[in-house]
Amino acid sequence: MIETADQIFVLLKQWVVGLLPAGLQPVAGVLLSVVAIIAVFPTLFALAVWVERKALGRMQNRIGPNRVGPLGILQPVADGIKSLTKEDIVPLSADAAVHFLAPVVLVVAVFMGFAVLPMGRNMELVDMDAGLLFFFAMGASTELSVFMAGWSSRNKYSLLGAMRAVAQMISYEVVLLLSSAAVVMITGSLSLVKIVEAQNHYTWGLPHWYIFTPWGCAGFVMYAIAATAETNRSPFDLPEGESELVAGYHTEYSGFKFALFFLGEYLAMFSISGLGTTLFLGGWSAPFSFLGWVPSWIWFFAKVMLSIVVFIWMRGTLPRLRQDQLMNFAWKFVLPLTMLNLLVAGLWRFLGDGWERWVVCSAILVLAFAVMGREGMRREHFGPRRYRYAE
Amino acid sequence: MLGEGILKGLAETARNFAGSFVSAERLTTVQYPEQRIAPIEATRDFPFLVYDGADWEAGMRCVACQICEKECPPQCIYIEKSKDKKPDFVGKPQFYPARFDIDISVCMSCQICVEVCPFEAIKMDTEFELSTEDRFGGLLFDRKELAKPNEHYHKIHPTEAAEVDARLAEEKAKADAKAKAAAEAAAAKAAAPAKTAAVGDAAAKPAEGASRA
Repeated sequence: MIETADQIFVLLKQWVVGLLPAGLQPVAGVLLSVVAIIAVFPTLFALAVWVERKALGRMQNRIGPNRVGPLGILQPVADGIKSLTKEDIVPLSADAAVHFLAPVVLVVAVFMGFAVLPMGRNMELVDMDAGLLFFFAMGASTELSVFMAGWSSRNKYSLLGAMRAVAQMISYEVVLLLSSAAVVMITGSLSLVKIVEAQNHYTWGLPHWYIFTPWGCAGFVMYAIAATAETNRSPFDLPEGESELVAGYHTEYSGFKFALFFLGEYLAMFSISGLGTTLFLGGWSAPFSFLGWVPSWIWFFAKVMLSIVVFIWMRGTLPRLRQDQLMNFAWKFVLPLTMLNLLVAGLWRFLGDGWERWVVCSAILVLAFAVMGREGMRREHFGPRRYRYAE
Repeated sequence: MLGEGILKGLAETARNFAGSFVSAERLTTVQYPEQRIAPIEATRDFPFLVYDGADWEAGMRCVACQICEKECPPQCIYIEKSKDKKPDFVGKPQFYPARFDIDISVCMSCQICVEVCPFEAIKMDTEFELSTEDRFGGLLFDRKELAKPNEHYHKIHPTEAAEVDARLAEEKAKADAKAKAAAEAAAAKAAAPAKTAAVGDAAAKPAEGASRA
């Protein structure tokens, strides 16, 4: 029974595919999984938009949407209908082909990332040996779409937004990759399925998730920072800073193309949270061994939604960074720390199984964080800026 | 240590989030069409024309001097002066607006028309639910739509309206006193020849004429 609930989607797929002639089965199996991904994540997107608007409202002592349906739950539907019926405007001097392709490329590239994420036991579209590499390759191509949008619009705000986006995404891509590299060093595999399996062990009922090790905790924090920047979420929402750049790279988009950008942004959040979950939070494994009977896919989606809530919480709390703070923070603080974290991960591997490695690794990381944070604040790399006026 | 501020901020927003479910007084917004907050006294949006008494056409204070039309920065007022005259609140014959239109889609609510009006005839309203399906005709108010009784003014801006009423009463009293003085002077003048003519009753007639002039 427990086994069936855990594997329900896999069994369902096998049953449907079994109805078809043998020649069609491989193609049908893949198509079915693709359809499932395309159906599930946009639904989650609608839910996340509703949660975001309600939670942000509450954080600002408002009620949030409450007119469409009970508690405003049908608000995303209303928004969807609205964006579908709106006029699709293409500026006269825009490069029409690229302008059209940009949102498509974004959504396609983001959807590709889901192919390698293990969303439950045996629930991955492709078990690629270099799954992590594939994910990052796809993630990096979203930058292309952002720049396509900004460049083809022929609008100075779009272009400024796109330039900011590319600078930001390239800077934080390095951090994202290096913080994940520590996991690869410990697991010895780029396959996301193997990474989850490596974390799916329990000692005294507690899981061996990588976030519960010094290097994993530091790696997770840096991964979360880089993921926030990578998905252009507040406080790293400079590319679409509405108070500075109208809407950044998607200024010239309206109607359904705008909705596609919106969708792409949230899907990127889901996929990057899914990867973070897989790398550091044990993927689909249960948080306690006695909860092992709960289907694995529930854990995966619960962890992803929890990450989304944290994203929303950050957005409700933090003001937008300045461009120089953003760059200084990436190159002068987070990047050196990720490099140090690689070293610490190596130490962790070779210091043996005793308590010494916990002390040594934690001490190095905490010390580095404290010293570099203090030094960065003193040199005003990321603190508030002191203004000097002409005398 | 770096990051302390972020944690403090996160705690604050979490407190707001939880608190907004527990205590209703935290919520700064009201559910607008059902719940309404009474506008504060200084609220203003678009101008209206004040009239005294029951009949809006007879009681309109506006004398079509067109100062507001000339001063209006976005030029949203259009006035046509009447050919004939009618008495104002003091009793003096004045022109009145045969047409008085304000295009509230152009109006920027600056209140300059109110500042320049020497007759306390134009004031700022607080009515804001003016949305209409006809964006040209529906937003162009003629004098009938603009005319509102003095009681309405008292209701929306009580302090200001009391001041205005006091000022108008004072003006009227002054005008009355002047008329009375003029009447007395005329009476005295009339009395001088009356001594010879000895017709005391005739003094009332020129006095009436003086008060109108």
